[in-house]
Order: sequence, then structure tokens, then C-alpha cells
Amino acid sequence: MSRFNDSNVTLAKEIIGRFPRAKSAVIPLLHLAQEQDGYVTRDAMSHIAELVNVTTSEVYGTATFYEMFKFEPIGKYCVNVCTNIACQLVGGWELLEHAEEKLGIKAGSTTDDGLFTIEDVECIAACTEAPAIQVNYRYRYKVTAENLDQLIDDLRAGRLADEIPPHGTLARVRQNTTEAWANTGIEAQAKVDAG
Amino acid sequence: MSDVNDTEVQETPVVVKTTLSITVDGRAHEAEPGQLLIDACEDAGSYVPRFCYHPRMEPVGMCRQCLVEVEGPRGPMMVVSCMTPVAEGQVARTETPSVKRAQEGVLELLLANHPLDCPVCDKGGECPLQDQAFSHGPGESRFVEEKRHYEKPIPISDLVFLDRERCILCDRCTRFADEVAGDPLISFTQRGNNTQVNTFPDEPFASYFSGNTVQICPVGALTAKPYRFKARPWDLEQRESTCTTCSVGCRTVIQSSRDELLRYQGSDSDAVNWGWLCDKGRFNFENVNSEDRLEQPLMHDGSNLVPVAWSQASAAVAEALKTGKAAILGGARGTNEDAFAWARLADALGIEMRDPQLSDGLPAEVFGLPSASIEEAANATTIIVIAPDLKEELPVLYLRLRDAAEKRRSRILEFTAVSTGLTKYSWKSVPTEPGLQASVVRNTLGEAAVREQLGKGNVVVVVGRASLAESADHTVAALSAVLAEVPGAKVLPVVRRGNVRGAIAAGLGSNSNATEILTAAAAGKLDTLVLLGADPIADFPDTDLARRAISAVRNVISLDTFLTESTARASVVLPASAYGEKEGTTTNLEGRVTSVAQKVTARGTSRADWMVAVDIASRLNVDLGFDSVESIQRAMIATSVFAPMADGGANTREGVLIDQPATALPAVSATAGTHSSYDLRLVVSRRMYDKGASTAHSPSLVGLAQRNVLRVNSADLARIGVASGTSVRATSSKASVSVTVEADDSVGRGVAHLTFNAPGINAGDLIDVNASVNDIKVETL
Amino acid sequence: MSENTTANYSLGGQVPTGPKILTSRWESADGHTYDGYVRTGGYTALRKALTTMSPAQVHDEVKASEMQGRGGAGFPAGTKWGFLPADVHPRYLVINGDESEPGTYKDRLLMEKDPHQLIEGIIIACYAFGAAQAFLYVRGEMALAQERLAQALNDAYANNLVGKRICGTDFSVDITLTWGAGAYIVGEETALIESLEGERGMPRLKPPFFPASKGLYMQPTIVNNVETLSNLPYIVNQGGTTFKDLGGATSSGMRIFAVSGHVNKPGVFEVPNGITTFRMLFEAPEYCGGVRVNRKVKAFIPGGASAMWFFDEHLDLPLDKPTVDQAGSMLGSGAIVVMDETTDMVKACWRVVRFFARESCGKCTPCREGTTWLERILHRILTGNGRREDLDLLFEVSESISPGLAWPPRQTTICPLGPSAVSPIASAVNRFRNEFEHYIEHGRAIAGVEYVPMHAGSSHGAHAHV
Repeated sequence: MSRFNDSNVTLAKEIIGRFPRAKSAVIPLLHLAQEQDGYVTRDAMSHIAELVNVTTSEVYGTATFYEMFKFEPIGKYCVNVCTNIACQLVGGWELLEHAEEKLGIKAGSTTDDGLFTIEDVECIAACTEAPAIQVNYRYRYKVTAENLDQLIDDLRAGRLADEIPPHGTLARVRQNTTEAWANTGIEAQAKVDAG
Repeated sequence: MSDVNDTEVQETPVVVKTTLSITVDGRAHEAEPGQLLIDACEDAGSYVPRFCYHPRMEPVGMCRQCLVEVEGPRGPMMVVSCMTPVAEGQVARTETPSVKRAQEGVLELLLANHPLDCPVCDKGGECPLQDQAFSHGPGESRFVEEKRHYEKPIPISDLVFLDRERCILCDRCTRFADEVAGDPLISFTQRGNNTQVNTFPDEPFASYFSGNTVQICPVGALTAKPYRFKARPWDLEQRESTCTTCSVGCRTVIQSSRDELLRYQGSDSDAVNWGWLCDKGRFNFENVNSEDRLEQPLMHDGSNLVPVAWSQASAAVAEALKTGKAAILGGARGTNEDAFAWARLADALGIEMRDPQLSDGLPAEVFGLPSASIEEAANATTIIVIAPDLKEELPVLYLRLRDAAEKRRSRILEFTAVSTGLTKYSWKSVPTEPGLQASVVRNTLGEAAVREQLGKGNVVVVVGRASLAESADHTVAALSAVLAEVPGAKVLPVVRRGNVRGAIAAGLGSNSNATEILTAAAAGKLDTLVLLGADPIADFPDTDLARRAISAVRNVISLDTFLTESTARASVVLPASAYGEKEGTTTNLEGRVTSVAQKVTARGTSRADWMVAVDIASRLNVDLGFDSVESIQRAMIATSVFAPMADGGANTREGVLIDQPATALPAVSATAGTHSSYDLRLVVSRRMYDKGASTAHSPSLVGLAQRNVLRVNSADLARIGVASGTSVRATSSKASVSVTVEADDSVGRGVAHLTFNAPGINAGDLIDVNASVNDIKVETL
Repeated sequence: MSENTTANYSLGGQVPTGPKILTSRWESADGHTYDGYVRTGGYTALRKALTTMSPAQVHDEVKASEMQGRGGAGFPAGTKWGFLPADVHPRYLVINGDESEPGTYKDRLLMEKDPHQLIEGIIIACYAFGAAQAFLYVRGEMALAQERLAQALNDAYANNLVGKRICGTDFSVDITLTWGAGAYIVGEETALIESLEGERGMPRLKPPFFPASKGLYMQPTIVNNVETLSNLPYIVNQGGTTFKDLGGATSSGMRIFAVSGHVNKPGVFEVPNGITTFRMLFEAPEYCGGVRVNRKVKAFIPGGASAMWFFDEHLDLPLDKPTVDQAGSMLGSGAIVVMDETTDMVKACWRVVRFFARESCGKCTPCREGTTWLERILHRILTGNGRREDLDLLFEVSESISPGLAWPPRQTTICPLGPSAVSPIASAVNRFRNEFEHYIEHGRAIAGVEYVPMHAGSSHGAHAHV
């Protein structure tokens, strides 16, 4: 699958409806595409361009600016090891090396079974809990080599499936557009845009 | 009040100061309000180096090369002069040690990853980066790291290559694509040090204006396929000229080396093109260089066209014109001087039937209406467009009107049967159908919101033939409807060929239009038909009539640059010199007369049209009173219409405007019945790239002409029960053809669209030029 | 709270503490839920503001609070709101929850642990300056914060606290929750606006336009930080002056600092703003409990990776914006990273520079080309390929980004990211030049520099944070 499925088209339109200008929804829709397929496909970008009425080139320019968007399949679990200053001071690099050894891959690549990708990432805002990592953007704090081994074994065995959804899914609760939606900003901006 | 002292009491009129006093490098200077400091500094004699700044685009302040110091409340502040507006009392310094240090620093950083492959770079010799590196840069790079590497040049379109290693990420091309052309098909991609310009994967930069990005690229990152490795800048000679590909009349610089045209560049005319060119106008120099050009006169020997001497051909033409009834078609592709000479010859020989248009243009009366300049149109409060798709036919006029709408100077009110390039920029795009335009215009202008809009300020009507499959009367009727409602509206007439207005002003128009001439020819009432760069079989809307006319005339005399279907049946074919091979002036759609320049020697034995006229006149002992471009121009200036050329204004970049004598629009009865629900009303219009000579004989462009398809609204297609992409039979009163049909909702309901003169099926076969409208029946095969 | 005026605090003296304004619900299991929030006094400030105060009165309280923005620049929030041009509508509030500055760790906790407090603050702000819509932009990598905010917003909408006719009044405003996708620079307010418009997060040049006059969709826009807005319920309930008095003479309110690195108890602390000193924070048992293994502080970053580094002579400075500014650095986003005497300064410097090189947006030349060049020179030095001239070259390239290497930085760039990459170089190379020279000569660090894993043997295992 690569264009949005029907329920995601509905969702996409709802998201677009929360912004005064459709193009503002490009990043949320790229996330939606990544949630649907695990990465952002070319067709999804074309579909987004249609939905927000811009060119594919504009969607692509925006998409490639942001590190979280992947343009080819990556592991089901993306293991982000922070090596920035607070983590470096307490062993972030050593932890990254351990992860690389454990999974037999280098940072930036994916295991052959498609389960794991490792990334060497910048500060993930858990500095007092260093060294910290994220798996699909779920935190693990003060990670030791042993913890990491256990984590990877648990993920591989499917024991954390409830807690850590596959790569692409961020929040599992979505903002709803309800009857209480006021629409004041969107209406006011529409008037301005109409000149 | 006769007191003597009165004069002393009277104050000298208070001169309101309209400029801002600034100081640049210690020199006092008066700057225009709203001006940017970078321009004010330049005006004041201090050129500030820059890469990203371009005066025709919004400044972005990205390259940081234009840093200068401005005196602030806390001492000197470093600012980018391209984003700093001038202010009263501003004190700017462009050459202090800290400014120099900052500029050198930026230059060193720009060069850090630049490949410095100047010896093999097309831009070498005219490269701002190279120039500034020589004048301001450090001698040797301290950057010892590995430079960025990308695949060397990648084609981003059929015409443009991109070398990302040379790119300095100034945002000029991407800004142009988005801001000026409205085709944001190239963008910055990736981030930081990996930022690169690119297209969406496998989707090319298919813009009609892509060549401009090559011209404005400040390095050799973007190169044009037709020019790559053709010449070094220092080998090029150049002259300023005017593009005559269409009637916008963009100012150009034509460049050649070793007597071969190699490149056209846009020249920045405030009044017309702002420096931009369309790709067709930019790259069709190739057709001038084509191997297929006619190089010597040809005459029919009964079975073939065979080369003859000019003397023999001219004598034959003179003989033909001396005897029998003759008519002249064409003349709108040449210079004013060409047209003037032929008009005087026709006067002398009593040839009354003449028309520079091929029944695809406007009645001459339209040119006598109060006319608007492009500048006026692009600054009008309301622009009413009743015209073909300007993006396809007059691309740079499209850019100017799009800019007017995007910058909120103007609102566009468009009437069209098929969505155009301007539709998405229109305040209101009203669907019409051929034959119904006048009533739709009347109804729309009666709407309260439209009335209110029209009352807000000046109105310009951009008017031209939206479809070749309908009578011109419908266009005239629609225009009349507008003028009835908005009597003060000015008119910008849209005509296709480069010099229609000049040809008419010179006298190549008459009471007989092309349809009447060809009808007379087909009926055997003409002995001689002179085609001045005209190819009726390809270019006249009704192919059948054109074929019959050409077959029926005894002497078809053609002046052309190439053999065409029409010349194939000629008795005499004279090789004409092409654009770039002759001197003179041209008149654009506004009536603006500007110069065209000769840059290379005329091909073979080819001659300018005016020379042929002079030659034939002398053979017939007619004294036209001129025998050179200069003497023709003197004769032109003596006429009232070309009199404004007297002060030499035509030789300036902005040229000089001429006016046609005031006329009223003819009363037309333009009614077309409604079509039956089984039929679709045919709309035939042109696209930028077609089978015309300038595309067909330009190797870089010929592949861009798309095959004809019949475009129909998806609802109509469903009603007829035909699937998109299948072959159907399209039947008009004239012919029946098999054609691929495509669902396209930019085509209005009840309408079918074909492209004129496109590869594939010939739309002209279906058109009856005498019909008010043409309907077709679409059936499955 | 009495003001601590002791310039040279030493352990044993009074450790200033204050009420928990921002972090009061962090320990509570359901502090993030609607019920938990309302039970602990939530949304009373909103009702008070909407039903008993005019927008101008709310604005006046915020001005009286003298609250400095908590995003990094420290500009007074009430003053910032005052920059909105009168009568230009619609105007917008954009909430900057894109916390990414290395060392910074507070906004995420505020969003995860007390989302309603933020929402309440947002609505109060919208009411105060007449915003037509608010856009809550959370960092992309913060899945839990996104989830908690989405739930909190849905609950707030359901309880008539956001949206149409809030609390039965005539005031209506929406909050659109959205998030980024991994780009530090989007924390810069104009880049954030670009990102919100669906663009590449590249900063706009200021001037000519500042967001307050032309921001989102070129309409007047206020961009406020999460922590800034989270203070508003307290300010409305208790009054601006009460808030102001919690802090020191030139700072106001409580402020959250995250202290990481080589301290015994790294943590996120809410402290009286402008009173507590760095030494207290590092050494007091109430806070970090000292540097690990009783080592000495070699250097510390007082306010995020962009800040100039401080050294032992700065330990007794109070955490007070004007004082720290005066001393040549900044409190920035409240991110303090402590490096003890065993820290490899070359590696630390390189790592911070690498961050900026990697996060440069690429828009302007000096940052795009300069930060990468600096990183590569440092990396060469670290890997034993340094040259004698490299240290001068580091300064030369730095000069092209930040003329004079001054503080506050001058810049040839569009935004402060480029000069931020110069801070660690100006700090470390000047102070520890010998360490760089040692690398250049010997291809390795000086003696005495080592790596000791902090968490080895610690009782804190890796644990899920839910």
C-alpha cells in the first residue's frame, strides 16, 4: 500500500481541516503516511500533494528536511541511541557500539530480518537520564549494555508489542475534531486569503 | 492683490522631498523610498557583491555575500543589504575592513565545496562566483577536507542539466520556479550541508520557463542542453534584439560565435519581459541554424521544385504579379520594414486582397480601440481575460499577469471554456462555451460582486481568439459586451504571430480576410497567391479550404525559411532570411516598436522580405522610394502611424508605442444555436510546442510537442459511454477522424478540446471556418 | 521567601527552595489526567480569567509578573505580547514544544506530566491577546507527550475548556495539536512558523518582519515556550506580583533547570529563579548532591549547547539572567551540563560542534559550510590527523560565522545556530588549548582524561517511562 487507504484519506482531510491553510498539514500527513506504511512512499507524497494542492516537489522538499521521515523501508524497531554531550559524558558512544555489536550492523543500517535499525541521534531530551535511547520514539533511560540486550531480546520475542508499536506510529491517541471545534482562526484566515 | 510686494510674499512652491537621503561610503545619495540598500548602494556607485539577490525576485538574504555595515544606535551593525530597506539618514559602509573580512569569509566558505572545474564549465568566463573569487577571494583554499560529491550533471528536464557540486544554493532557480513561473517543480531537498536542489524523483522540471533558471544561475550549476559546451563566453558576440516568436516582443540578447547563433538571453525590459523568456523563444535559435533551411530559390518544373537563380525566380514572380489577380497572405512573421515594403509594392501593383493573419486572429478594428500596455494590464484593478491560454500562446504575458494576481495588484476575471494557466490565479474563472461568450459575459458583469469589483478601479480587457473552431464574431461580441458595461476599459489585443500589429500598421491588412482570400482562390478567382512566411495548410483553421485554395491557384509564390506543405505546391519558392539574419523593427501586441538585430550572415542566398519586394518593384519599374532598412524607416516615419518612431525610440530597450487610428468595433450578430445533447462543441487552441517551424526545426524542442488527444470532461465521457484512453471517432460537418480521447475535467461540460497543429490528428480537418461554431459527434469505434 | 544575597554560597548555608508551581503534579500518578488536574485546582485560573478579568487585566498580570520567556532568549513574555499591532486580526499563538537544545529537558516533562496546565495557560494567553487559534507544536520524537496532549485536548474540548464559547463565555478559540519530524532548527521561532506552514524549517530573516507583526501566514503571531505558558495559571490565580517575588531582584518566578553530566544525582529541578547558584545546584543534597566521585568541575555548560562554557570560577554565580549574561554566557533553556576533571575537552567540543553541523538547516552560507568545516577539522584532530595550523583555522572559520567571537555573538548568519557552533570552540580551545595541541602532536588525549561510566552499578536500571 502506498497511497492513503480510505480511512486515512478521511483522517487526512480531518487533519487538513484543522489548519487555516492546507499546506500546513504536509508534515502531519507525512507522519500519517509513515504510520500507514512504515516509511514515506513516493506515491504517498504524490497523494499528499494532491490533498493539499501543492506540487510533489514541494512535498518532497519539506519531507527530506526532516530526519524522522524515511524514504525506504527501515526496521520495525528503530533504535535511536543518543550520543550527544550529556549522553557522551556517561557512555553514549559505548552504548551505541554495544548495540552495533549486538545487532551486527552499523548505525544507519537495518538488520537483514528487517526488525532493527540503529541510529546515532542527537539529543532526545532525557539528559538527566543519560545514557538514553528511544525505540520507535519510546524512551529507555540510564541504559546499560545488559538492559539493551534484554530490550532487544524482548522486542525480538514480541514481548513489548503493546508498548512499542511498529516504526511509524507515534501518538496512539489522536486529537478529534468535535462539535466543540470553534473554527474561528480558519474562518478569519479564509477572509484574509480571499483578499 | 496687485501689491508689488506680493511677489516677495509668495513663497517658492514647497518641494516635497520624495527621496530618502542616505550616505554610502561617505557620499551623500538620494534613494527611492522602498528601495533596498543593495540597489541604493549600486546607484550611489558602490556595487555590493551578491549571489542570491535578483532584482526581479523577493530577496531571501541567504548567500550573505552582500553584508555591509549600517550605522545603528549601538554603533555599526552588519546587515545584508539585499533585505535592508533604505531609510532617511541611513549611513552605510560597503568597504570597511570588517565588511571586507565578512565578504571574504563568505566567499571562502562558498568555494570550500565548489569543484573549481572552471576550465570545463560553461559558465567559466561569465561566472559571478569566478569573478568574485578572482577579485576578492583568497588565493588558495584552506579547505583540505573531501568536497561534497554528487552525480555529475543530471538532467532535470529535457532542456536543463543540474550539476549539484557546482551549486551554491542561492535559491534563485527554485525561487524563480515558484515565485515567477508558478511551477514549483524544483525545490531544496535534504538539509544542512547535504542540501541540494532537485526535482521530485522521476518528475522533471517541466516548465515552459525553465531556461530562465540557467540564465540567472550565478554559477555553472544549471546548464542548457542546446548550449552545453558550444562556446566560451569570451568567444561570443552579442546584440540586443526582440524575440518575434510570439507577439509579446520580449527583449533579448542574441549571441553568436563564428557566424552561428548560439544562445538567446533575456534582457530586462521594464515594460515587457522583466528579463524572462519562454523556453520556445529562448531555444528556437536552433531552427535558424537548421540544416533544412531553404538556401536558394526554387521553381516548379512541372513535376518538382528545382533550384534556380534569384534572377530567374524574381522575374517569374514579377511576371506573375504583373498579370492577373493576386492576393497576399502573411507578413506577420517578418519585420515592420518587410511588411511596409510589401504593402507599398501591393499598393503600387493594385493588389487589394491582403491579410497578415490567417483567420485565427482579431479584426483590425480591435487594434484601434483604446489600448492598454502590458504594464497597464499588469497594474489594472481588474483584468478581464477573454483569450486563449496565455501560458501556451503568450507565455511571458502570462508571467506578467500571474504576477499581478499573485502580488495582489489585480484581480483576474476570466471567461473560458477550458481551464487555462491563469485559471488558478483568477479571482473568478467563468466557464463559457463557444457561441455563448457574449451572453455569459453580460450575465456575469451583471452580478453584484462583479459590478463592485469593476467599480474599484481601472479595467483592462485582454482579448484574443480562444478557439480556432469558432467565428471571430463571438470574441468581438464578448468584447463589445464588456465595453458596453465598462466603457472606460482599455484593451490589450492578444495575437499569435510576432508582428501582426506591425504588419497591419504597415498596410498589409485589407477588407478581405484570409478566409475570403482562400475562398476566392478555391473558387478559381485568384491567379496568384503570395505567401509571406505563411503556411495556410498548416496554419489556417480550415485545412480543407486551405488545401483547395492552394491547389486551385495557378501561381503560389512563397517566401519562407523552410519548405512547408503549402510551399510544396508553389510555383516559386524564395528563401527568406530568418530572425537574427536581418535588421529592422517589430511591433508587439501593445503596439510597441522595438528593434530586431542582425547577428549572423543570412543563410545561403536568402534575402529579407523587404529586399525581395524592392527587387520585384525594380523589375516592374516601380519606384518604392526606398532601397534599405534605413530608407524604409524614413518612409515609415512619414506615415502617421509610425511617426512616433521619429525620435529613434525604437532603438531603445523599451521601444516606442504606436497607435492605430481609432476605430469602432464592427457590429456582429454572433449567435450560435445550442448543440444537441449528442454533440460536443469543439474548442481548438494552440499549445506552446507544435508542428510549427520554430519547434519542428529545433532539435531540442521538437520532442516536446505532444500528440493530439481529444480532451473531454469525464462526465461527458461517462454519458457517451467511452473510456478515457480509448480511440473514438470524432465527426464534424467536415470530416471524421479517429482519435484518442482523454477524460479531463479542466475541459468544461459539453465541450471537446483539440490542439491545433499538433502531431497526430489534424484538428484543422474538422473545422469549417465559415461556421459560427463547430460541433462534433463522438462515437466508439 | 527571603532573598539570598550571599555571593559566595558554600554548602552548609541556606539552600533556597520554593513552592512547586510548574512541577506540582509530576509525582502524582494521575496528574496528567483531566480528573487529576481538576482535583488539584486545575482550570480555576481559566475560569477566573474568562469570567472576572478583561483580556487587558490578564495581560497586566503577566506584565507585572515580569516573567522572562523560558525558551532561551529570556525576553519578557508580557512585553512580547505588547508587540502585537493593534487591530490586526486574525492573530495566532504558536506554542514552541520543539525542545531539542542539547541538555534541555523540561518542556517534555511539562507536556507529559501536566498537559492540562499547559492547555490552561494557552487558553489564558489566547484570551489575553485575542488569538484566533493556537498551534501546539510538539517535537516529533516525543510520542508520549503527543499522546498525553491529544488526550488532554480531547478531554478539554469535551469539558468546554477549549473550542466554542469556552466556559459558557463568548470567548472561542481552538488549539491545533501538531508535531515536527526531527529538526533542531525548528525550535527557532521563525523556522517553527515555516514548519507549521508545511515548509522546510528554515529561519526567516528578522528584520524585516518579526513574528509579532508578520508571523504565521504573515499574520501577527506570538511564539511562546511550553514552560512560559505553563506558568500562566499560577500567575492568574496568585497574581503577577506574587510570581515575581518568588525570584530574585532581576529574575522572577520559579524556573526549571535540568542538570546532567557528571553529578551524582542528575535531575530536573524547579528552583527560585535568580537566587540559587550553580554551586548550590551541583552540590546541595536537595539538588544534585555533588560531582561524582568527589571530583572537581572542569567546565560546565550553563544554558544549553549554544552557550559559552563556564568554569570553576563561575560556580558561585546565581542562576540569574542578567548576571550570567554579564559573565559572558547565558542561562538559555535551563540546560546545565557538568563536566568533571576527567572529561576529554576535545571530544566534548567536537561533539557539540557536530550537533550544530548536523542540525544546520543549510539556508545561509556561513552556517551551512562553516559549521561542517569546523566539525571536520575537529574530527581530524580527534582521529590523530590534526595539523598545527588547524587551531588558527578553527578560529578563522569561526570568525567568518561570528565576527569577533564576541558574546553575545555577532553573526554573519541568518539565525543564531551558526554562532552557537562557535561557542564550544571559543570556550574549549581558549581554555584547554594544551589538550588540542596534545591531540595534534600525539594523536590522543592528554593523560588524566578518561571515561568512567556513570550508571555502572547504579540502582537505576533501564526502565520504561510511561
